[in-house]
Amino acid sequence: MLSRTADNLFWMARHIERAENTARVLDVAHRTSLLPLDIEGTEAYLWYAPLNITGCAASYEVKHGLARSDAVTHYMAMDPDNPASIYNCLRLARENARAVRGAITSEMWEIINATWLEVSRQPKQLDYEKYPDYFDWVKDRSHLFRGVTLGTILKDIALSFIKLGTFLERADNTARILDVKYHILLPSVHDVGGAADYYQWGSLLKSVSAFEAYRKIYRDVISPLRVAELLILREDMPRSLHACMNEVEAALLDINGNSGREARRRAGELHASLHFGVIEDVFEQGLHEYVTDFLRLTSLLGREIRNAYLARRDQFTALPEQKTSQMQRFSTAN
Amino acid sequence: MNTKPTKNCFNEMHSESGAIREIYQRYMQWQSALADGTLERESAEAELLFRRMGITFAVYGEADGAERLIPFDIVPRIFGAAEWQRLELGIKQRVKALNAFLHDIYHDQEIIKAGVISGHQVLDNVLYRPEMRGIDLPNQVYAHIAGIDLVRVAENEFFVLEDNLRTPSGVSYMVENRKAMMRLFPELFAGHTVEPVEHYPQMLLDTLREAAQPNVSDPVIVVMTPGSYNSAYFEHAFLASQMGVELVEGQDLFVHQQKVYMHTTEGPQQVHVIYRRVDDDFLDPLVFRPDSSLGVPGLLDAYCSGNVALANGIGTGVADDKSTYLFVPDMIRFYLGETPLLSNVPTWRLSENEDLKYVLANLPELVVKEVQGSGGYGMLVGPTSSKAEIEAYRKRILAEPANFIAQPTLALSSCPTLVESGVAPRHVDLRPFVLSGKDVRLVPGGLTRVALTEGSLVVNSSQGGGTKDTWVLEE
Repeated sequence: MLSRTADNLFWMARHIERAENTARVLDVAHRTSLLPLDIEGTEAYLWYAPLNITGCAASYEVKHGLARSDAVTHYMAMDPDNPASIYNCLRLARENARAVRGAITSEMWEIINATWLEVSRQPKQLDYEKYPDYFDWVKDRSHLFRGVTLGTILKDIALSFIKLGTFLERADNTARILDVKYHILLPSVHDVGGAADYYQWGSLLKSVSAFEAYRKIYRDVISPLRVAELLILREDMPRSLHACMNEVEAALLDINGNSGREARRRAGELHASLHFGVIEDVFEQGLHEYVTDFLRLTSLLGREIRNAYLARRDQFTALPEQKTSQMQRFSTAN
Repeated sequence: MNTKPTKNCFNEMHSESGAIREIYQRYMQWQSALADGTLERESAEAELLFRRMGITFAVYGEADGAERLIPFDIVPRIFGAAEWQRLELGIKQRVKALNAFLHDIYHDQEIIKAGVISGHQVLDNVLYRPEMRGIDLPNQVYAHIAGIDLVRVAENEFFVLEDNLRTPSGVSYMVENRKAMMRLFPELFAGHTVEPVEHYPQMLLDTLREAAQPNVSDPVIVVMTPGSYNSAYFEHAFLASQMGVELVEGQDLFVHQQKVYMHTTEGPQQVHVIYRRVDDDFLDPLVFRPDSSLGVPGLLDAYCSGNVALANGIGTGVADDKSTYLFVPDMIRFYLGETPLLSNVPTWRLSENEDLKYVLANLPELVVKEVQGSGGYGMLVGPTSSKAEIEAYRKRILAEPANFIAQPTLALSSCPTLVESGVAPRHVDLRPFVLSGKDVRLVPGGLTRVALTEGSLVVNSSQGGGTKDTWVLEE
């Protein structure tokens, strides 16, 4: 496969996943903002979380100053000036898809194209109450895209690069959510919190669709240790770090070939540490430190993948033949 | 519904007496039985379909650079089997002669020696590529893909408007228009036997295989595009995916020891045939435009060494130039020893004093074109231009007369077309796509372009033209 094609597939998938994750994070902030304020502190405090998770707090402040619900929501959902907005994620997903139309199925292209057309036709501002519907729609489109992808595309390395993009992005996002919210898991590992904690943990779980899974698995009150375990170590939880790294490693093994040895090694190492890790060790190291380290390692892995496949530029090492090439003839003729 | 003939031009649906021509009868039966508003509704549906599929193009020179749809007209243009067979023979004959001409002028130049065409006309043409002299191409084919633009002025009279031998586009619309029609009106196809066109990509793939050097048994073929911002990008992606080959940009390719490779996730892979949709000038910055970032340094060297085939070949522009056009009938006589089956439009060369004088005196009646222009840019249609436009154009002509040719304003045939006021006649042309490999072949029909503005004769999509599905009925 062309390196550029692999690159476009990877980023197409990453941007769709990013759009979905941003919608999730905003959706939960929205729900939380409906609760009495003393649960999450001030409005500004609540709305910094989504900005921090997506890494656009600084650029937001330049434009809008203090975090306010409507301004943050608009900035992250629809603002064309914010490179990380859902708007721009869907635009970039479509641009990448357009560059590799031949490598994806027409059904995939139609979903991505129709999604972008709908986004680009939207009014510049939405009423604040309309946003939850919008977030649901973004999530639906992402689900639809994933379903159509799995249902129509050939199981070759194109799919592997799509999976790489999807699951690296998802791992990154889950880790960031954990990092921004780690304080609510910190106070005491074995503490069973009051109502405020319940809602905070609940919202954290809901942002990654893990609330129901938690109930099902633990059948117990929500505790920070278990929340962290669920989102980091449980491989049956589709948005956990472990589950994501399962997929990343499998995709790299499917791509196989002569290149990418270092990427496979790094992915294997990361995966093994999640596979054999126990949550007590994570808390001993410190959740924040653990997540920071994870983000650093996935970013290194991303760089390896880039070097090995996506931006591959081989040069032959042999010296060019020393015969009079026709090229010399042309360059003198011109 | 007003589908009666307008004066002075051939109406493809109605004969002169006003009766419906036989080939349109079944169609009209079907159309007149439709409930009011059906065509309009389905037309809107078609637009939605095209937009969803992203069948778009970009118009150069527009500030927003936004992607646009080429308007799709829902009323098909129909040819009978017999009239198509005659046309097909003429088209094949013309393309054969053009390829023979290209081979000749880059080899022995017999046609110049015989005095049929002057050495000045050929060798001093800026589109003549001296680098190509003596280079042998498989099957002696230079223009593997040709688009021959035809207009009809009477029941049995067609003219060739121009030959497109560089990177003719539009074939994806031919295929997609058919798909859309079959999706919107399946019952219409149940009642007609229309020759299929959807196998064009397969035919193209066969042609490209035949373009490879004979010692390559399983050639790696790619489509090369200037990139996703090119006006015809949709088509490039469409053809690559339909043929199951990679769509590459210049940055994906490199040359090593006169061989072309693409950067893949597994390292370099050699490429044997490039269906390039990049103009000669941008192909190789070492030889042509040094500022081109679309091309591949060393590509021409690899090409001339016979290690990679390009379709179309380099240097075909000299044969579709509007001043060389005049000589195509002579080429047919010279190379094939046959009488040309398709006529040229009578053409004045403004490099000739007599012609120049006549044309300047009659600008309001004539169509004037730049010799090397294409896509309907920079042409003057006298009858529909204002005085000021004509005078401005006169100045351009006088500055360099040899850059222009002029032709009478042809009465292009008209076809019923869905417009705001209902179905009304609009002028059309036809671009069949001709593939040359071991032999010359084409799918029946081609792309019909239609000028949507009443009375307009300019059908180019860049100038607001639309397209139609083109039917050739089986016998």
